[in-house]
This record gives sequence, C-alpha cells and structure tokens, in this order.
Amino acid sequence: MTETNLEAAREPRVLGVPRMGLVLLVGVSGAGKSTFAAEHFEPTQVIGSDFCRGMVSDDENDQTATADAFALLNTIVDIRLRRGLLTVVDATNVQRKAREKLIRIAKDNNVLTTAIVLDVPESVAVARNRSRPERDFGDHVVRRQHRDLRDGFKRMAREGVRKVYVLKGQEEIDAVRIELERPWPDRTELTGPFDIFGDVHGCRSELESLLGDLGYAIRRDDQGRPVGAHHPEGRTAVFVGDLVDRGPDSPGVLRLVMGMVADGDALCVPGNHENKLVRYMRKGAGKLTHGLAETVEQLERESEEFRERVLEFCDGLVSHLVLDDGKLVIAHAGLKEEYHGRASGRVRSFALYGETTGETDEFGLPVRLPWARDYRGRAAVVYGHVPTNKAEWLNNTICLDTGCVFGGRLTALRYPEREIVDVDAEQVWYEPVRPLTDETSRGDDRDAGQVLDITDLGMGDLHAGLFVDTDDGVVRANAESAMAALEVMSRFAVDPRWLVYLPPTMAPAPTAADPGLLEHPAEAFESFRSSGVGQVICEEKHMGSRAVAVLCRDEAAAERRFVPGELGIVFTRTGRPFFKDADLQRTMVDELRRAVFDAGLWDKLGTDWVALDGEMLPWSAKAGSLIRDRYASVGAAARASLPAAGAALAAAAERGVDVSGLAATIERRTGQMAAFSDVYRRYTWETDGVKGLRFAPFMLLATEGHEYTEADHLWHMSVAEQLADAHPMIHRTRYRVVDTTDGDACEAAAEWWREMVDVGGEGMVVKPLLGARAMARKGLAQPGLKVRGPEYLRIVYGADYTDPERIAVLKDRRLGRKAGLAMREHKLGLTALSRLAAGEPLWRVHEPVFALLALETEPVDPRL
Amino acid sequence: MVRHNAWVLLTITTTARPATDLGYLLHKHPDKAQGFEQSFGTAHVFYPEATEERCTAALLLEVDPQALLRARTSVSTPDFALAQYVNDRPYASSSLFTVALGRVLRTAIRGVCEGRPELAATPIPLELHLPAVPCRSGPERARALFEPLGWTVRAEPVPLDPGLPGWGDSHYLSLTLTGTLRLSDALSHLYVLLPAMEGGNRHYWVDSTEIDKLLRAGGAPVDGVESEDGAGWLAEHPEREWITRRYLARRDRYVRTALARLTEHEESEEGVADPVVEERESSLADRRADAIEAVIESERVSSVIDLGCGGGRLLERLVRHRNLERITGVDVHLGGLEIAHRKLCKGCDPGGGRGHRPLFADAAGRSDQRPRTELLLGSVVYRDERFHGHDAAVLMEVVEHLDPSRLPAMEDVVFGDAAPRLVVVTTPNVEYNRHYEGLTDGSLRHADHRFEWTRAEFAAWADRVAERYGYTVRYLPVGDEHPETGAPTQMGVFTR
Repeated sequence: MTETNLEAAREPRVLGVPRMGLVLLVGVSGAGKSTFAAEHFEPTQVIGSDFCRGMVSDDENDQTATADAFALLNTIVDIRLRRGLLTVVDATNVQRKAREKLIRIAKDNNVLTTAIVLDVPESVAVARNRSRPERDFGDHVVRRQHRDLRDGFKRMAREGVRKVYVLKGQEEIDAVRIELERPWPDRTELTGPFDIFGDVHGCRSELESLLGDLGYAIRRDDQGRPVGAHHPEGRTAVFVGDLVDRGPDSPGVLRLVMGMVADGDALCVPGNHENKLVRYMRKGAGKLTHGLAETVEQLERESEEFRERVLEFCDGLVSHLVLDDGKLVIAHAGLKEEYHGRASGRVRSFALYGETTGETDEFGLPVRLPWARDYRGRAAVVYGHVPTNKAEWLNNTICLDTGCVFGGRLTALRYPEREIVDVDAEQVWYEPVRPLTDETSRGDDRDAGQVLDITDLGMGDLHAGLFVDTDDGVVRANAESAMAALEVMSRFAVDPRWLVYLPPTMAPAPTAADPGLLEHPAEAFESFRSSGVGQVICEEKHMGSRAVAVLCRDEAAAERRFVPGELGIVFTRTGRPFFKDADLQRTMVDELRRAVFDAGLWDKLGTDWVALDGEMLPWSAKAGSLIRDRYASVGAAARASLPAAGAALAAAAERGVDVSGLAATIERRTGQMAAFSDVYRRYTWETDGVKGLRFAPFMLLATEGHEYTEADHLWHMSVAEQLADAHPMIHRTRYRVVDTTDGDACEAAAEWWREMVDVGGEGMVVKPLLGARAMARKGLAQPGLKVRGPEYLRIVYGADYTDPERIAVLKDRRLGRKAGLAMREHKLGLTALSRLAAGEPLWRVHEPVFALLALETEPVDPRL
Repeated sequence: MVRHNAWVLLTITTTARPATDLGYLLHKHPDKAQGFEQSFGTAHVFYPEATEERCTAALLLEVDPQALLRARTSVSTPDFALAQYVNDRPYASSSLFTVALGRVLRTAIRGVCEGRPELAATPIPLELHLPAVPCRSGPERARALFEPLGWTVRAEPVPLDPGLPGWGDSHYLSLTLTGTLRLSDALSHLYVLLPAMEGGNRHYWVDSTEIDKLLRAGGAPVDGVESEDGAGWLAEHPEREWITRRYLARRDRYVRTALARLTEHEESEEGVADPVVEERESSLADRRADAIEAVIESERVSSVIDLGCGGGRLLERLVRHRNLERITGVDVHLGGLEIAHRKLCKGCDPGGGRGHRPLFADAAGRSDQRPRTELLLGSVVYRDERFHGHDAAVLMEVVEHLDPSRLPAMEDVVFGDAAPRLVVVTTPNVEYNRHYEGLTDGSLRHADHRFEWTRAEFAAWADRVAERYGYTVRYLPVGDEHPETGAPTQMGVFTR
C-alpha cells in the first residue's frame, strides 16, 4: 500500500496520444513493451509481432516467419487505421526500416504516429530475456537492438513520427498515464444550432447585414467597428473560410470574426486565402494575386498588434471541423468521407484547396475533381471555395460560396433547419474571372449527381445481396433478385429521379374459418386485434392497376426536385411508366395536376409537388391484353366446349350410358364459368385516351419536405375526398372505421364488405387507423390486410375453386412468406419516403426503392 | 394464372357401315363410358350415338392444372414450391390433349386393329369436330394445314365474350373436318397439327438439324408410335416448315426466369420480346461486327469494353485479336452473360472436366491479376468504376433499347465517367426499314426498340454528345447502302 501512496503523491507523467492514430512502442526485447501495452491499452488495440508470428507459424518465436508475420501485422494495422481505430504496434521498432513501413501506412490513412520509447538499461533487458526460456537468442541481439535504438532516437521525428516520448528506466515507465487526445477537427460535442456562412472575402457590410437578418446582436468597439456578434438563442456562427482578399474590408471581417471566435460565438475553418495570407505575412512568400494585394494593403493601415493577432488567428485554424456528433463537417473546399476527422498534409490540402485534375478550363481555372458527386457519407459537408450561382444540396453536401464579392450574394445555412438565408452583394467588389452562371463546373456536378452509381445498389459483392439499413432494421434482398431488379430498373423503369417510392405488396387476411370462404373480414380484424391494433379503417378495394403519381405545380418544381422539362409522372407498381404513350402520360399528369390545383392542395400543404399512391381504373385500361388472353379466352373456350360436351353427354345418357356424374360436373362448371366471366367484365369498360379513366388515390405519400406516413388514414381519405370534389376523374373510396375490440362493429363491417362484394366489388383493405407507421405490440404493424370477395377470387384461384374439395386444398395457403415479404417491403417504402422528405440525396432514396423492386422478384405465391 | 380445370372435346363421327365398327377401331366399347386417368387430368371416352348408320365417339379431356404441376415437378425437389407459383402461363391445352389422344387411342393412331386389320387400313367417311381449338393465326391457317391432307375444313372463330361487345373474336376456332381418310391418319394429323396451331405467338429459332429429325420421323413423332407411311404426309405437306418449327417450339413453353415474374401481367411478354426482323438480319449482324472490328483495328485499340454484350457475339470475335490486352463484356441480363461465358471459355472450372466456374468468380473477385477477358453484370445507366480503364467502348445496337429519358444517364456513364478514348455506337437506320417486308407500316425492327433513328436524328444526338463530352464523331454506314435511305445500320465513331 505504501507504494501506491507514493505513486499517488507523485503526479504521473501524462502522454497524449491521438485517439485516431498509430502508436509505435519502441524498445529492445525485454524492455517490457507487452506489459506496458497490456497496462495502458485495450487488448484489441495492440497488435504484436509475436502474436502475428504465432498466427502464421504456430510459434511466436519462429524468426523464419518474420516476413509473413509483418505482412500480416501491416495488413491489420492498415485496416484498423482505415477504420479510424487507435492501433498500437508492439514490436521492437528499433530499426528505421521497421518503422518506415508503419509510418507510411499511417500517412496513407491520414492519421498521426506517436512513438513511445521504453529505454531500459541493457542489463535489465538481458536478464529478462534469460528468464524466458522460449527466447533462446543470445544477449548480443539485445545489445545490437540497443545500439539501433540509441541511433534512432533523434531521427524519429524526421521520419514522420509526430510525437516521440522517451521513458528512461523502469521508474519513468511505471509512472506514466496515457491520455487519448481527440483529433483537432473533432468537435463532435458541439451540437449547435449553427449558422454557417459562405465565403465572405472582405465583404464586411454584407456580413453585418446577414448576421443581423439571422438575429445576431453585433457588438462594436469605441470606433464603431464590429468586434463581436452574439445570438440571443445561443446559436453558433460557423465560417467556411476565405474571410479575406478581394473585398473592401478584410481587416473588418477579421476583427468581427476573431472577436466572435474569441467570445465562443463562432467557429472558423481556414480557406486557401487565409493560408496564403499566413505564408505572406510570415515569410513574405507568394504572389500578391487573387486579391491578396488588397488585403495586404488594407492590413498595412492596421496596427502591428492587430496584424500579429491576425497571423496568430489564421495560423491556428484547424483544417476542418467535425460537429454535431459527427453529422456535420465544415471544410473550406469540401472533404471526402475518408478524410473526415483525420489530420495530415493531404487532408489539409484537400480541405483548403480541393482536388484538381491538374488541367485548367477555358478561363484558366483549375478543373476540379467531382468529389461531391461521388460523396456517399452520412455527414453533411458544408463548404465554400467554388463560386456558384445557387447554394444547392448535392449528395448531402452544399457549397455556400455564392460569390458575394463578385456581386452575387452572401449565403448562410441554418443548421439543423437546413434553411438558406442570404443577402445580395451591395455591388460588384471584384470582377470575376468566370461569369457566375449555372454553367459553372458546379452546375455540371449537379447534373452528374443525378446519375447513380452501381455501388449505390450494394452490387459490389453480388453474392451477398443488398442490405438496406431502414428506419426499422436492416432489410435484405438476395443477389438473384438484385440482378433481376437491375435489369428491370435499367430497361423499363422511369427516370430514378421520379421513382421516389414503390408500393409494397400487401398480404391477405389470414385464411377464413368459414369453410366456404378463403377470406373474410373477421380474420383481418382478429389479426389486428391480437397484435395490439385497436382501431382500423376498412377501405374499399378497387380493381384496377396500382399507380403512383408524382405531380408538380410548375416546371420550376420539376426542375428543382425531379426532371427538368416535365411536370409529373404516373408509374406502375414496378416503376414502369403507367402509360406507354407519352401524350397520354402528359394528358393524365395534366388532369391530375388540375385536380390538385382545384382542390387548392398546393397552398393547403405548402408545397409545389405531391406524390400520391392510388389505383387507376378500369383494370382493362392497362390489362386489356391480359383480360383477353387469360380470362376472356378461357371463358370463350368454356362457352364453346361445355355446352357441346353437355349435349354429347345428354345424348349418351339417352342411349342408356351412365354418364350422370360427368354430366353433373359439366353443368356445375358451366355455371361457374358464367360467374367467372362476370368478374372480369365488371372491371372492364371502354376508355379513349384519358376519357373513361379514373384515379382513386388512397394515400398522400409526400410533399416538399414532408412525408405522411405518420398521418392517420382519415386524413388521407380527406385529402382524397378533396381531390374527388375538385375533379370528376378522381374516384372516391368508401371507407369506415372499426374498433376491432367491438364485436358488433366488426360484424357490421363484415356485412358492409359482403354488400360490396355481392355486387361485384373486389373487396376491401383493412389498415391500422393510425397510418402507415402504426405500431403493433411487436414492432411495426402490417400496413394493411386485403380481404377479397369470394366471386372476385374466381379470377385468382379459378372458376371452380368454390368446389368443396378444391377450397379445402386451397385453404392451406402458407401466408407467412407473403406477410414477411409485405413487411420487408413496407419498411423499405417507409425508408424511401423518410429519406425523400429529409431531402437526402438521390442515391439514398433510390437504394430502398431498388431493394423493394428486388424483393418484388422473390418467388411468392402470386395468388396471395 | 387461372387454375381451374379446362375441358377439351373431340367428337369423331363416321357414317361407314356398320358405323359402330368405330368401336373396334378405337378399341373402346360404344356402350360404355370410360375414364382414363392421366398425369394431368382425366380423359373420358363415350359415345353420344352409336347406330348402324352413324356412330360418334367423344373424347373429353378434363385438364387439372394442379395435377399437371404435380406431374411436372417432383415434390421432393426444392423447385417444387416455386414451380407451383411460376407456372402461371395458360397451359398448352392442345398439347396435353394430343398427349391424351396418343395414350388413350394409342392403337388407333398406330392403325392397329387386331382382328379387323382391313378396317384400319381402309379410308372411311369421317367427321371430326372440336368446338374450341386455340389457333392464333386464324381460320385461314387451319384451312392451309388441313386441306392439303384431304379434309374439307369448316373453321369458325369463337366470339371472345358476348359481355364485352367490340372485343371481337377469341383465338379459338370451332373446327369441323370432314373427309374420307383412314382413322389412323386422321388422328395423326390432329396429333401434329393441333399443337402447331396453338404454338407460341413468338418465333423460336430452332436448329435446322432438329427440323430434319422431325421431318424424318414424319407423322410418327410420338414415343414408339409409328406409322408406315405417316412420314409421307408431313414431309410432303406444303406447310411442313411452319408446322415443324411451331411444333418444336412447344419445348420452351415452361421456361421462366426471375425477370418474367416481374413482367407485369398488363404488359405480358415485353421483357422477353423477340426480334421482328432479326432472322433476315443475321448477315447484317455479321457485317456490323466486321465494321466494329475494322474500327478497332485501324484505331489500334489496346483494350475494349463491349457494353451490352448480350450472348457475346462480338466478344467471340474480339478475343481473336491478340493485340487486345483486355476485353470486357457487360450486360444487364444474366442469361446473356451465361451464354457469353460458355462461348468464350472452353471449360474454365479448375475443378476438372469441362465445367464452368460460376460466372462471378472472376467479376466479383478482387484478384490483382485480371483475366484478359472479363464478363460483368452491369448497366449503362449506373456509373461503374469497372468500366474505367478501357481504350475503347462499344455500344452495338444498345441505345435503341433505352428509353429516351435514360439516354442522358447512359451518356454520363459512358462518355462522361468511363470516358474511353474511342466509343463506337451502332443503331438501326429507320429510314431503311421500308426495305424490310413487314416493317413498311412504320413498325420497328424489334419489339423492345424504344425508338429507331433517322440518320439526321442519330447525327443530332451524336453531335450533341460529342460536343458535351469533348469527342469528335464520324459516321460510317454498315450494310448495303441504298441511294435514298442509306445503309440498314448506322455507326458513329467517337474519338477523344
């Protein structure tokens, strides 16, 4: 105990080690590296050369396995560093060559290397090795290692090791404490809210206006110069860099921002212009171009003390910032995901200057690599650097440089609100090299961002299939399905920008207890009741073709959100254009838009586009050839054959041949076939263009910034009714709400169903009243169960399915697979909508939609 | 998709005296009703009339699709559950009917009649009636098939549905054949011609040796059923080619893929559409490949990616160019790639035999040593890093299979992202279509073509793409040029 007290009395030496980085333990054999590592680090963080030697040879001391052991060690280190994990290498690391490779791996992964040298007296190491019989090498080995170590001490910093800690003797070794330092850019604890400002370039006056518009109270010094700004609600301003150059008052901007940063009201990352300013101020290096001359000249008028503060401020800025729990990254020129939170010259250069091809465009400006186009990270990246006409999101990145100094605007992004606030430039302060138009390279990026990458579909490893991380757990689609979906998506589907959703399949109600029926409402009610869903809505099921309509108020909305030059689309349940004929498609879109206009929904919903899920009637409009080939033809053949067979049998019976059984069967079949033909006839009527077509919407999927899976179905029905009131083409859906715990109500609803199906209705769909995201006792509830009428089912199961022996067989329906599929597809559908509403990039919306299409190819009884 | 039982009726009437001898010929007693269980249902035989003057036998087949499924797929195979669901095509009722015919009236078809051999060898007055025979080609076709065989044919279309006025006739015929023939001949005519009439509504290209085989087999194509001179009627039939092709095409009837499951009922066969004029174009396809090879040679291309390689028609030629260091085939359809795979490698399974490795053993592997020839499942509308690093890209008859709205995506993927030095695009020249029989009405060459361009339209597209992505483009005709309409295929060669 006395020893412990002694330790406590002496302040332990603290060794700072980057949390995301490489640690090299350096020391001769027997220096106590493994003991040290075990004491200060987690077992999984430590990779030992002995361990790797053992892995590749079954003998930790087999020196002949050293080359392979280090190959393995390097691989593990590389992978861990790529994944951002602290990695400690427990090997002697006394030779430069041994360190060199590891340091390079760290650099390649843009993390820092720390060396901890355990320098014990040679005699101690030798003694320890002698006591370990498995180490049968001679003392001379330790002696040589010791010599190497001494030589290497001072060189290590030059080799690229960021920090070298030398611990001399066991006492010092025992008296240290490791403290994990987070990387400088890591400010994940700051959660905002933030107001992020684009490139200011000395436009102090515009900056003051914008701060004012955002609600900041500006503080001024005795000369009236702004020296700080505080937001009453405690919002934090964030500057993406390029505060200086070109504009009229770079010192004024610096004074204001430096004050805000000092007061804790702002954060700031450096731009390339700050970087050049630092180099100039420090060494007089660099050319006075790109507006630097103006800044230098303006700074000349300031005090020496102010200039020193500027230098200190600009020089101390960290290349980029990771904020809000890792959800927000600020970097002047943007940053690809693998660089987030990392520190290296390469990362800094990317963050300040971006990556260029080395070529220049017709204006002599560097051609930039389209990192944002390929960006697939979860963190939003907010940046500036490239003057662009309009700040727009692309793959969860946004450039806020709207060229204020060139006479454009100064733009700020409110986060997490994601609102854009801007002020116009007061004048053109500096003539741009290239005019600010949509045709900037950024404009091209945006177009290109609308093309998807094969890896967005998870198709990289075809054996594994697709895995989509939905709001309700991971949903998988197998590889075969994904391949089929790729073909359909490529060859038949509408432009993916329109394809914001696909309707999931729906399971039928559990098989009816009634011996003469396959489906009855009672089982649907019971199913919901027993899973903990009390209130349900019964909606009339229309027999037509499923259709999703995406409609825009005007071309501007279509161009901003979907596809330029169009106004909307109607697509099928597998994403194909609903109408092959382009004119018909356009006419239908116009009619449906008119319904939205006349119902006043644009304003009521505060949107300029809507996505509706519904059914297009009649069935024959789309299924004409199917009705002809598979239904009406069967009816025709039966009408020709059955009476002829009946007559032949009657004649035979007259001759005294016993054919009574067969004759009775034929007679029964004749009646069943007549009933069968009645079914498809009901869903068939003439249409001419859009004339005769009816659209029955049953769910408003999404509008700008919103999705409506949380809204209850009465609300959705009221939207549908408003549309139906406004336009005769909109077909009404009958519905009623049922409390599944109220037996009388259930019976009344069953009666209602019976009335509908008796006059030829397809049946009804029972849904949890609370909407698509309604929860059952065990997680998400089935979004709906269909209850189809017995006559309708003739066209599904065959005219004669009602024969007692047939229906008995059919009752073994194995609904589990269908119900499981419906649930998986439902989760994907919800995810597509929530991503769409959140304004996530195209690829994020496409991913669940594609997976949903893939699931649609999975084999399941198509009659269910 | 409809799974109820279906009924097929045939009545055979003779007025030969004594007409009841029909019972001997059919080996079925006129006073009994008999049922014969088949794997796919029950065949009933009974006689509505049986007098000295006139005797009618009825063969009534009840097709049970459930039984059919059970018969086709062993319950023990894992495919069984699947097969139940995917077999949603209307079953080939005529084919099944003829199978039943072959079994139930086996001896009658053979012309065997123990005890009364002279009866079987004698032509007798016959009337065969089928109230509903599927025949998409209409009554004319029925007449063309049966009249050369000595029948008087009455073929009337069955109306589709009195409840759907304006929908016209169904594809069924009420068929009555009268003539004086041997019963065995009459039955063998039905045996071959009913399935041929039902056929598919698509052309299947069947190897010519198979046709020869059936022709040699003549009128006795059934297992073990032989006829002394049955070979004669088929071999001499003026429609023999049509008959054999349609007859053989039945074999593919049940072939289904995952893709077909996605094919919406409403749009029926779209996903598997066959070319309208490809048959007559086979020489053009060769010339197209020749032209592409010539460009690849003259441009000293070092590596090439064939986007939309299909079954490997072009790849097969490219692998013979030894100066090509890398040849990659890409298609969105797995079936095509499998064919290409078999074409390109002669047994690649290291495990032995001449077996093939799974297709994606190479494509998905991260092997550093890339094989010279590689096949990738991919899509020209999804950007793909695997497309990078090729000297040339070929889009042979691909663009016209893309919806015009997806062309910009393809342009970005090929010209913008993969950006090879050379891109070759071929596509039909629609102006030339007027020289094709059957296309004079303005229809396109392939049911899946979303468009076919005039030369001016192609040039407008290509010029715009070249301008946008920094290429220059030149145009070459492929196939015999017509002074007014140009060549059947147009080719654009883009260089950067």
